[in-house]
Amino acid sequence: MTQTTPAEVFDETALVERAKSGDTGAFTELVSRYERKIYRLAKHITQNDEDAEDVLQEAFMKAYSHLDGFQLQSKFYTWLVRIAVNEALMKLRKRKSSKEVSLDEPTDTGEEQVVREIAVWEDDPEKTYSRDELRGILDSAVESLKPAFRTVFVLRDVEELSTEETAEALNISIPAVKSRLLRARLQLREKLSRFFKRKGDDVFAYM
Amino acid sequence: MTSLLTCKEFLADLNDYLDECCGTEVRLKLEKHVTECPNCWVVCDTTKKTLKVYKGMEPQEVPEPLKSRLMAALEQKMAADKGKKQAPKQKSGDSSQESGGCGQRVPPAGHSPLK
Repeated sequence: MTQTTPAEVFDETALVERAKSGDTGAFTELVSRYERKIYRLAKHITQNDEDAEDVLQEAFMKAYSHLDGFQLQSKFYTWLVRIAVNEALMKLRKRKSSKEVSLDEPTDTGEEQVVREIAVWEDDPEKTYSRDELRGILDSAVESLKPAFRTVFVLRDVEELSTEETAEALNISIPAVKSRLLRARLQLREKLSRFFKRKGDDVFAYM
Repeated sequence: MTSLLTCKEFLADLNDYLDECCGTEVRLKLEKHVTECPNCWVVCDTTKKTLKVYKGMEPQEVPEPLKSRLMAALEQKMAADKGKKQAPKQKSGDSSQESGGCGQRVPPAGHSPLK
């Protein structure tokens, strides 16, 4: 779950209330607060700049249009993420309308969960690379995941939604979130080992 | 008395262990396994670091031209809505046509994001 302090919750509730009552400045403030995260989410899911731009715009336009229906007992960000995810998935479907990419859970061949790389990493692997290099490494690793795994990972571990919120946003069961998340994390770990393993350590097959 | 976990069983529970959402008994079993099995220790440690690097990555700024387009589109919509509200009240079909389904009853009808 996203870590939010009580003061931030109060502040945000007041802001959302103002936006709901027609204060356009308050809504603009919400946009500035979340535009970067929504844009990142859109890019991660669609893997396409043009689509991500559309998703960003559509998500905020829809949020604005439907603000009346938003209930204050929920978190505004979670609600906004759900809208953005729906938009992003629609884009992804349109682009991948052929059979080349399925959003359904890939058939479990048993291979994805196999751990092959057993190499110790540097203590702070992120410090071995520049910010831009690191961003490139992390983004391309996420990009290589199948959409069903990628989406769950992005919501749970990048946007820090809870398991329940992720299940609800994607309309999948909690066990499905858990199993996809495990596979996504293990696959990413595997891919990143190449970059982050401690120099001089051997890599050997395992399990 | 405590039954030992296999590496496969450890991996199956790895997420709950990392997310600290397993019961005390299970956590103790996992802890015992991870301290005794060097390979699982590495898997656990590197998965932990995987999460740490992703969580530590700040989102990039939205490019300026895109930001401007978004704000312009919103301002236009806000102005149009204001105009509507100022106009004499008449029944609007707007609320009954929320086909986007962006209320809290998500997922929207007719849309199943990921099976």
